[in-house]
Amino acid sequence: MDKVMSNRLVAALYVLPALLLLLVLIYIPIVLTGYYGLMQWDGIGAMTFIGFENYARLLHDATFWQSAYHTFLLALFSALSLIGYLMIALVLSGKIKGANLFRKIYLIPMLLSSVAIAQLWLKIYHPSNGVLNTFLEAIGVANPPAWLAEPSLVLYALFVPILWQYAGFYILIYYAALKNIPESLIEAARIDGASPWQIAFRIKLPLITEVIKVTIVLAVVGSLKYFDLIYVMTDGGPNGSSEVMASYMYHQAFRGFDFGYGSAVGFFLLVICLVVTWLLRKATASKDTIQYS
Amino acid sequence: MRKKPIAMLLTLTLILAVFLSGCSNSGSDGEGEASGSGSDGKVTLKFMHLWPAGSSAQQNKLVNEIIKQYQTDHPNVTIKQEVLENEQYKNKLKILSASNELPDVGVTWAAGFLEPYVKGNLFAPLDDLLSGSLEGKFIAGTTEAYAVDGKTYALPIELNISPIYYNKDIFAKYNLQPPATYDEFLNVVKTLTDNGVVPIALGNKDRWTGSLWYMYLANRLGGDALEKAINGTGKFDDPALIQAAAEVQKLVDMNAFNKGYNGLSNDEGKSEFMNEKAAMYLMGTWELPNYTTNPDVPQEFKDKIGFFKFPTMDVGKSDINSWVGGPGVGLFVAQNSKVKDEAQKFVQYFVEKWGESSVTEAGVIPATKVDTAEVKLPQLYTDLLNELNQASSLTLFADVQMKPTAAQVHLDMIQALFGKAVTPEEFVKNHQEAIDKGN
Repeated sequence: MDKVMSNRLVAALYVLPALLLLLVLIYIPIVLTGYYGLMQWDGIGAMTFIGFENYARLLHDATFWQSAYHTFLLALFSALSLIGYLMIALVLSGKIKGANLFRKIYLIPMLLSSVAIAQLWLKIYHPSNGVLNTFLEAIGVANPPAWLAEPSLVLYALFVPILWQYAGFYILIYYAALKNIPESLIEAARIDGASPWQIAFRIKLPLITEVIKVTIVLAVVGSLKYFDLIYVMTDGGPNGSSEVMASYMYHQAFRGFDFGYGSAVGFFLLVICLVVTWLLRKATASKDTIQYS
Repeated sequence: MRKKPIAMLLTLTLILAVFLSGCSNSGSDGEGEASGSGSDGKVTLKFMHLWPAGSSAQQNKLVNEIIKQYQTDHPNVTIKQEVLENEQYKNKLKILSASNELPDVGVTWAAGFLEPYVKGNLFAPLDDLLSGSLEGKFIAGTTEAYAVDGKTYALPIELNISPIYYNKDIFAKYNLQPPATYDEFLNVVKTLTDNGVVPIALGNKDRWTGSLWYMYLANRLGGDALEKAINGTGKFDDPALIQAAAEVQKLVDMNAFNKGYNGLSNDEGKSEFMNEKAAMYLMGTWELPNYTTNPDVPQEFKDKIGFFKFPTMDVGKSDINSWVGGPGVGLFVAQNSKVKDEAQKFVQYFVEKWGESSVTEAGVIPATKVDTAEVKLPQLYTDLLNELNQASSLTLFADVQMKPTAAQVHLDMIQALFGKAVTPEEFVKNHQEAIDKGN
């Protein structure tokens, strides 16, 4: 087996299928998107080459920047919510009663599709007979807001299910990383008289920094391209007050019959994702890696 | 050492096989062996429509009956259905168009909606059918909405007008009469809100729902001013069009619509009316089955539903028999369909059968002429059919009249108007800009 793998040609051949798939399904569409961004195209008829006009228009498009701002807010909230997830994972990884049950509870949203979650939360947020407003009215709030119709509230109302949806995923990652820490290290610290707080913040957290960095990148980049739940729940409305970059791209291309501009938005989104990933990697780069043993 | 080249060759063949099979599969998905006539005369027709069993139960039943009958009459034909809900349908149609993989037969809207598809050479002209066996079958003025440059690219199957449905029980409880003038209408709204009843059910997340209200107000205030502004012979700064926008916001201020309408879909808005929480609902006659034939709706509720025409206003151009409506959807045949002849035959068959059965079975109004003298029809249906016959004008839904890009601006503006995010002046200004762009 070693012999086969040492042959570069054979090795390349084994890599080839995956590479081809990646090329055909990911990289070529990316290039095409950038290319379509240079066109005026309604998606049906002939394309007209217009150079960088779409990209220039992007820079002056107030609605686009508004959606970019919403996307930024989502990324910020996702990143901040990681702190909460981490705390939960820390508690769960300790020896608490019912940890198993809690782990399952946090994981359930992960098992549901975004559309199911959206339907569920649509019922919760329903302005007159939703669970939330019925509850608020029951405790004496005279006129609870229509959460998904209020331009100033809708975005935050959407963040709740989005953060809830991903809680299980990040808690699971943190939990697995924490469980990976050798028991002997914790034991040694305990014998030396470290308090549970000290063990959590001085030993456990530093040991999983690499994982934390990865989750930050995942959360931020994931938020940048977030689409599905918002599409189902509000469709970017009312009046674009919950529009994010991905939904704006979709609306331009498929609703407005402007595939050229939609592609430009999409390509811009890709560039932003790449830049942000690169920046995050830079900002969190560490000199030495931790080894347990 | 001998083995290596063989192993490599095998791997390479495998990779190629995987990719080629992948390619040929995607190719045949659209038109290859899946749909097309084989040597044995077997034909598969792909038919994409928007009557899911859930939300359009009666229409769905009817479609299935027609298809079943067609397949019995034409044993060599198999019809494969793909059913999508309204908005999804529109999106999928665009995606399939971009890759030129439209179904053999599909559903389209008229006028501005249809135009890009015709310009992109995706729909086949159906004039042969119109001048052939279907000649004179359609109600005058219905097929014209599907014509571009003198050729007809789809055949309409429905004709709709939009009345205001109301709950007779709720009206009776507060001693209200169906209003004939706008002042009376405002009084109805006020009485209902004073008594804590939601006057109007509206789900404006879909936006064309709010557009109906604006269109009627524009029509009652300015006659055909809106149509003129859309087709370029007039302007949006017409005082009547600004006034209509102001009237919408006045209704909003009166709390005329159910709470949170801008965040609710049409189905959610509608349920306020179906659950008798709201007294009125402005919607096209495609909703009729829910008040007449749909077995899932209790008869008790159906009996409570009446309708009235959008009230008139104290201005000269106001005409109570002027309706917002027009042909609903029509059937197209894809230009690149491999089985165009069969597809056209099916369209012809479908239009005829739909015309005969839609009245009695689905309770919707077809675009073809029907003799309703012999069948016993629900009163609500007969009344509306009579209204349709007396209609002095039909204003085609604005988002269908406009070209797609302008239609999007219109819909966005409607939501902004109902959400009070724009002033009536900004509302008309943005419309004018969109129309001026001309795409």
